[in-house]
Amino acid sequence: MDQKINNKQQEGSKVAGVSADCASCPVHHAANLKKLGVDMESWDFVVALAGNPNTGKSTVFNALTGLKQHTGNWPGKTVTRAEGGFEYGDNRYKLVDLPGTYSLLATSLDEEIARDFILFAQPDVTIVVVDASRLERNLNLVLQVLEITNRVVICLNLMDEADRHQMKVDPRRLARDLGVPVVPTVARYDEGLEELLAAIHEVANGETLAKPYHVTYDNPKLDRAVSQLVSQIEDAFPQVPNARWVALRLLDGDERIIKAVVDGELGELTYTRDDLEGASVSHVSNKSGFAQ
Amino acid sequence: MNSNYEKILKSARDLRWDIGVDFHEKTMEALYTDATRIADRAVTYPKEKPRFDLDRTIDKLVTSRVWGFPLMILMLTFIFWLTITGANYPSGLLFSLLIDKVHPLLKAGAASIGMPWWLDGVLIDGAYLATAWVVSVMLPPMAIFFPLFTLLEDFGYLPRVAFNLDHIFRKAGAHGKQALSMTMGFGCNAAGVISTRIIDSPRERLIAIITNNFSLCNGRWPTQILIATIFIGTMVPASLGGLISAISVVAIALLGVLLTFVVSWALSRTILKGEVSTFTLELPPYRPPRILQTLYTSMIDRTLVVLWRAIIFALPAGVVLWISANLMIGGVSLAEHLVNILNPFGLLLGLNGVILVAYIVAIPANEIVIPTIMMLTVLVTGGNGIGAGSGVMFELESGLATLNILTQGGWTLLTGVNLMLFSLIHNPCSTTIYTIYKETGSAKWTTIASLLPVVMGFVVTFFTAQIWRLIAGW
Repeated sequence: MDQKINNKQQEGSKVAGVSADCASCPVHHAANLKKLGVDMESWDFVVALAGNPNTGKSTVFNALTGLKQHTGNWPGKTVTRAEGGFEYGDNRYKLVDLPGTYSLLATSLDEEIARDFILFAQPDVTIVVVDASRLERNLNLVLQVLEITNRVVICLNLMDEADRHQMKVDPRRLARDLGVPVVPTVARYDEGLEELLAAIHEVANGETLAKPYHVTYDNPKLDRAVSQLVSQIEDAFPQVPNARWVALRLLDGDERIIKAVVDGELGELTYTRDDLEGASVSHVSNKSGFAQ
Repeated sequence: MNSNYEKILKSARDLRWDIGVDFHEKTMEALYTDATRIADRAVTYPKEKPRFDLDRTIDKLVTSRVWGFPLMILMLTFIFWLTITGANYPSGLLFSLLIDKVHPLLKAGAASIGMPWWLDGVLIDGAYLATAWVVSVMLPPMAIFFPLFTLLEDFGYLPRVAFNLDHIFRKAGAHGKQALSMTMGFGCNAAGVISTRIIDSPRERLIAIITNNFSLCNGRWPTQILIATIFIGTMVPASLGGLISAISVVAIALLGVLLTFVVSWALSRTILKGEVSTFTLELPPYRPPRILQTLYTSMIDRTLVVLWRAIIFALPAGVVLWISANLMIGGVSLAEHLVNILNPFGLLLGLNGVILVAYIVAIPANEIVIPTIMMLTVLVTGGNGIGAGSGVMFELESGLATLNILTQGGWTLLTGVNLMLFSLIHNPCSTTIYTIYKETGSAKWTTIASLLPVVMGFVVTFFTAQIWRLIAGW
């Protein structure tokens, strides 16, 4: 390795406490996960399962893991958490069930847990289970998740309920608008699970690159404030993948995020923007209605 | 380093002034607007709204002011009736297997290896018998109640119950979700206590935990049914026996519900004062329950776990009971001594010494109350040719035979009624006490939760006895 580059990296490490080298090291990612109580000893990828309550999240969880699950506690909090695993292709996936929440504003313990996991544990894939017959309400959570991470698969569940109400839901349209894979399923009858697994696999292995939809705020003052903060954040934490979201949270006075800034925790996030919003062409699969 | 971070926070603070006070609302609005727009593009609705919406029709009925409550009570009665009649046959089978067949085998086995009488007594007549009791009496009703309950949950009915009861709980200063933990408590109080985890506020959670004891758990149904059958049921024709049992259990259960409200109200005015928290209650659409899956998960998650805990606590109870019945002090067994000591206090309460001793021994598990009472009564009255020796629990097939033994022991209708009341209002079983301790982490609240009901029980039975005796001129 070039001496100059080495030194630069050393300097970088003085600033943020973590060098760019650390960021791409799999051990570092695993260390972060360990802090959140996820043991990745024998697993390749960690998948988080989020969604509103009553969307069939547990059904999806059970369908994917079969009986290979156990329950535990979220570290530091007395809320039980279900964890399971499954194999698909050559990879072993660990599935972590997040509490069902209507949003990620962290006004309740459940929301805090869900939000913290998606943000700090940086799961390789986040599945958001959505009730097809109540799309509008469920999209609130989806849009918030998309502001934190790009590696999302939408599981459009309860398609049979939508049918029952004679609603037609178009997963391809949704995928195009949201910019992430959308897989229609009827989890209780095991329909759509193959496609869901395929989507998870592709997102985890970086074969699909998403261009997620970001909510636009028609507010010039806000936009100015955000861009100012974003540049400061990116200077201090070059790795942070979602500086815009961090800026919005800081403006909102979110204490957990403020703490993450003060402690330098934001610097420990491992996936960089470059990893995520790559220039390569994203993979198109007709079956699952991926974004193009 | 730190100064960079400080700069970021300072900027944020300053910019916050710039962007205005309603920044949060505006961003939320933008979020909702975008969600609506995207949903609109992806979803197409039918040209006409379907004229008949099953969900809404059911809800109009189930949550209506007029029909809501009667339907809930009917549903409760139905579940009780189904559990009681359904559990009879398997209970009988388990009984004849574990107690009529295996017990003598064990005794014979112990005799053949020359076990000393006291060891064989403690292990087989004490520990094994108590456990066999608990399994045959507790397992069948639980194996029916919990799946039924879970099916109801799956179907989507329970949130409607919470909806109906919410304003009553609010008036009582408690959380609406307590309706759900309360109904869970009808299966098992320990499970009910665990289910209070759905309540976020610690104050309201404590109220739900403390009052969960007034939900009549599965273990106490046999006591209620038996007493109702032999003291009240003997007044009606045999064909109505099952129905009358169910109705009387429901009546006591409703009394328990009433007490839940009253005690919640009292607690929220005194030692657990505070604000009632708001929460969103979603009424999910009705969905056909998945029967086989539910049976499987409710078996593993709820029934077996609770049963396991109960067995662990029943084993030592059996040992204690056998020892107290066979340990002789001055020619009279320890059990008899205790009965005699507690008798005056018992009679004051309209109960008797036998009942009080039985309840002390039955702290581990409510199921063994009745067999213990029978055993102690026979011990004390020196009944002949009944049962299998001292300290061995048993139960009689015929209601009338049981009635005879009890009246020989000095029981009256008052005793029966007060026993039903005391069975509703007494300390939680040890499994529940242990669960409360694990859930709250506080010795203080566990003590309150354990002592409050029993003190209330004494008070209620005392006053019932006094009023009864006054009226009966006894």
